[in-house]
Amino acid sequence: MPRHTEDHRLHLLREMLRIRRFEEKSAELYSAGKIRGFLHLYIGEEAVAAGVMQSLAPDDTVVATYREHGHAIARGVGMGPLMAEMYGKAEGASRGRGGSMHIFDAATRFVGGNAIVGGGLPLAVGYALADRLRGDARVTCCFFGEGAVAEGEFHESMNLAALWGLPVLFCCENNLYAMGTALQRSESETDLALKASAYGMPAWHVDGMDVEAVEAAAQRAVTTVRGGPGPVFLEMRTYRFRPHSMYDPELYRPKEEVAAWKERDPISTVQATLREQGALDNVALEKLEDEVAREVEAAVAFAEAATLESLDDLARFVYAEGAAE
Amino acid sequence: MTTGVRTSYREAIRSALREALQRDPRVFVMGEDVGRYGGCYAVTKGLLEEFGPERVRDTPLSESTFVGAGIGAAMNGMRPIVEIMTCNFSLLALDQIMNNAATVSHMSGGQFSVPLVIRMATGAGRQVAAQHSHSLEGWFAHVPGLKVVTPATLEDARGMLWTALEDPNPVLIFEHALLYNAEGELPADAGPVDIDTARVRREGRDVSIVTYGGSLPKALAAAEELAQAGVQAEVVDLRTLRPLDTGTIVASVTKTHRAVIVDEGWRSGSISAEVTARLVEHCFYELDAPVRRVCSAEVPTPYAKHMEDAALPQVADIVAATQDAVSTVA
Amino acid sequence: MDAGTLVEWLVHPGATVHRGDIVARVETDKADVEVEIFESGVIDRLLVQEGEKVPVGTLLATLKPLGSEEAVTAAAAAAIPPPAIPKVPIEPPGAPEPGTLQHATRAAERLARERGVDLSRIIAKAGRRITVADVEQAIRPGQPLPAPVKASPRARRLARQLGVVLHTLAGTGPGGAVTAADVERTAVPTSAAQPAVAPPAGLRSRADRVVARQRATATAMARSKREIPHYYLGAAVDLSTALAWLERENLTRPVAERVLPAALLLKAAALACHDVPEMNGHWADGRFQGSDAVHLGVAISLREGGLVAPAIHDADMLRIDELMAALRDLVKRARAGSLRSSEMTDPTITVTNLGEQGADTVFPVIFPPQVAIVGFGRVSERPWAVNGMLGVRPIVSCSLAADHRVTDGHAGSRFLTAIERILQDPATL
Repeated sequence: MPRHTEDHRLHLLREMLRIRRFEEKSAELYSAGKIRGFLHLYIGEEAVAAGVMQSLAPDDTVVATYREHGHAIARGVGMGPLMAEMYGKAEGASRGRGGSMHIFDAATRFVGGNAIVGGGLPLAVGYALADRLRGDARVTCCFFGEGAVAEGEFHESMNLAALWGLPVLFCCENNLYAMGTALQRSESETDLALKASAYGMPAWHVDGMDVEAVEAAAQRAVTTVRGGPGPVFLEMRTYRFRPHSMYDPELYRPKEEVAAWKERDPISTVQATLREQGALDNVALEKLEDEVAREVEAAVAFAEAATLESLDDLARFVYAEGAAE
Repeated sequence: MTTGVRTSYREAIRSALREALQRDPRVFVMGEDVGRYGGCYAVTKGLLEEFGPERVRDTPLSESTFVGAGIGAAMNGMRPIVEIMTCNFSLLALDQIMNNAATVSHMSGGQFSVPLVIRMATGAGRQVAAQHSHSLEGWFAHVPGLKVVTPATLEDARGMLWTALEDPNPVLIFEHALLYNAEGELPADAGPVDIDTARVRREGRDVSIVTYGGSLPKALAAAEELAQAGVQAEVVDLRTLRPLDTGTIVASVTKTHRAVIVDEGWRSGSISAEVTARLVEHCFYELDAPVRRVCSAEVPTPYAKHMEDAALPQVADIVAATQDAVSTVA
Repeated sequence: MDAGTLVEWLVHPGATVHRGDIVARVETDKADVEVEIFESGVIDRLLVQEGEKVPVGTLLATLKPLGSEEAVTAAAAAAIPPPAIPKVPIEPPGAPEPGTLQHATRAAERLARERGVDLSRIIAKAGRRITVADVEQAIRPGQPLPAPVKASPRARRLARQLGVVLHTLAGTGPGGAVTAADVERTAVPTSAAQPAVAPPAGLRSRADRVVARQRATATAMARSKREIPHYYLGAAVDLSTALAWLERENLTRPVAERVLPAALLLKAAALACHDVPEMNGHWADGRFQGSDAVHLGVAISLREGGLVAPAIHDADMLRIDELMAALRDLVKRARAGSLRSSEMTDPTITVTNLGEQGADTVFPVIFPPQVAIVGFGRVSERPWAVNGMLGVRPIVSCSLAADHRVTDGHAGSRFLTAIERILQDPATL
């Protein structure tokens, strides 16, 4: 098992806490009317983003979904620009044009923030194709939910990536519900890794509530992809604790089910492990929480102080500025 | 002064593709049957042999994904030329074109751009019925973030591609299927042409016929016929539907005071409607007659020849509409 | 602002009004404002008449509740709004497009829209906008309206530029519409050899502008001679008193502000309209429509050729030095080509003054739709007998061309006599 020292385990805990506290603050600010539009929270699924990102190199590419705050934070996108984007400010990651669902960051090769289910998969295939044609050793990591598996673009992309032997890591976050539709109500075959393997690529399941298991699986998968040729598919079995979005009354799943999954909260799990090992006590946890809280508060302060884009620039970037490189 | 070379629209495009593949290692061609088959319309014939399967890539029948892959590759530094066999199949890739190609630059606050070229055949007239006869260029011209060009001449078939590749934005090239066999003289050194202006293809003082793409030869034939009857029609080739060159259209109609728009798209919500609206917005007080439009009948394009002919703009329709526009009762 | 003049009532007693309706138009020293009503009900009585000037806060009308016979003196019903009220634009934003010849009050526009009345078919009282009353008159049964004219936008624009009345033309365009060619044929009946179509205004050369202006003048003059039965009167006027007075007056003025004799003649003609108001107004809609204001057209010949006759607004109200300044400004702008459209359309009577280089007497042609024009020839020294004594006096020949449909020689004589009387008593100028 790679790098599972106490320090690294603490690092994973910190990464998951950063995501959760940031999102809790986002929910609060949504209620306060500071954030509008759609807001999809990742709470409960933090182990997936935190674990997978450990395996990626800075030069790799990440294509994410509209539930992407966790991926962005774990990838290294600053909380300040992220929060400012949700505030609709010019200092936001996408200069206020994207909002919660469309976080982009060229510096960390974070390519959205894609809000059409399944729409990011062809992009990831294209990124990998470009790397392959140039001979670059990058991996493109594509996150999508199990709902995307029902889309044609999923099948087209799995096929093309496998057919052309492209370096894509397909990370399916199976949280069991496509908005309100349960997996067994939408898929004839609910074993998604089995479906993926039909395209002729390595595919396996991972406990998405166990950050260390996720990290280990992702390391193995990335190594395989980088060695090439061809993609790998991981089915991360996870669960979102919160409603689909801020408007979801949650009529489609029993409260008992939610409670049962919360028993497996990835943050509590790793905290328990660290306490057992004697690597974490209340004082240390308080200190960690305090540091994370300060980072979140700084992000809020950054967003509050940020400015609104001038309306003179409304139509900027509809077309790229300057000639192509 | 260079000597002209006898060539066809198809060969002009192929020659532009070959030049692009030679000049820029980032360029590659991708689409259904572009390699071994040589292209549905034989445009890419011979390119696989010359440039190899990595740069001339046959794709599965997965329009959404190979277009999306083109977008991703373009964002990641390449210069893909994606061929969608016909614009009818572009509907299967509409999500990628409208939700990704057209939005990424703006939605990312200018951090990413999509220097992608998508070529597709368009238009009717070959008795291939409703699902293979669409003219969708006007639809795509509705979308900010895209550029839409419609080469109608050999010069444009030869020269628009390179300019499109140099553009940092997604450019859609609509090639009318009936133009592929069009032949003519092209200078041996024909090269890139602009993709943001309209052109007056024939000068006239009585009425402006505004058209593009596959309807241009029909409009020119109509103008010739009208000239025999003493009507001097000016023919304006839009060339680019987005961005639309309002200035050239308005200048022509300001001169002639009458306009006939010829568009193989359906009338409702078409590019002909957009041109009409711009004339009304920009030169209302120059209009000396109602604007006339010659568009396709609002039916799914039928198979039988007599019905298809009746459904599409024909030279006689253009002549009649133009005479109507210049008519006097005295 | 502490007072305003109620210019127009947009409602009448018995009318049902709703909160937010505009019920009257008030003119203040700052702007025209619309009076909004803040309660719904039925108008009971109007307490202030049109034209009355009242202080801010004055009760304008009383209101009855809807469905009740009981009159309620509603202080909030309609009062002249306080100074804080923002300026309400009466006309839609932006410059009026060519072709929109007349302006209407907003209420009139709304009524016309509701009742499907084409505003271009209504003729307003001279110098005024189309009001609700005008529209109501237009929709009264039994009053046939002029038939609508089908004309292309370009034809409408050209007609306006060339002074051609579209109603009089037979259209030869698609569907029998009046086209630009139809307008031009009418405007220049003898110029068939000329290019049929003028380039758009923005692209015109100077020469084109001259041609267009000549055509406009030609059209107006041809129409005048065709339609207006002119009669002519003349009188020689002794200017010695007036010029002597002017010389004294000018001693007190800087050279640049000296008043020229032309200003005296203009002012005299303007004031004479008070004596004979039938000379001041328009012939429109088959009848004479007098004007309260005297907007004095001044014929100005342009160096590059052609003639314009823009108005000095309210010339009768201006002091002589103000009138002189207005004249200087008008001539300058006429030659620079920057006249305002209102100056071109507003004159109610015109004066043509040949000046020192001119002939002794002028027999002028009336600018339609005006009904009179006054001409002054060159001022020259003549032997002149007064009280049985012969002397040499500066004399000007003053002539009048007037529309016989409106006035006759008797009225014309009174008008010329008034001018002469005024010029003999220059202090009144």
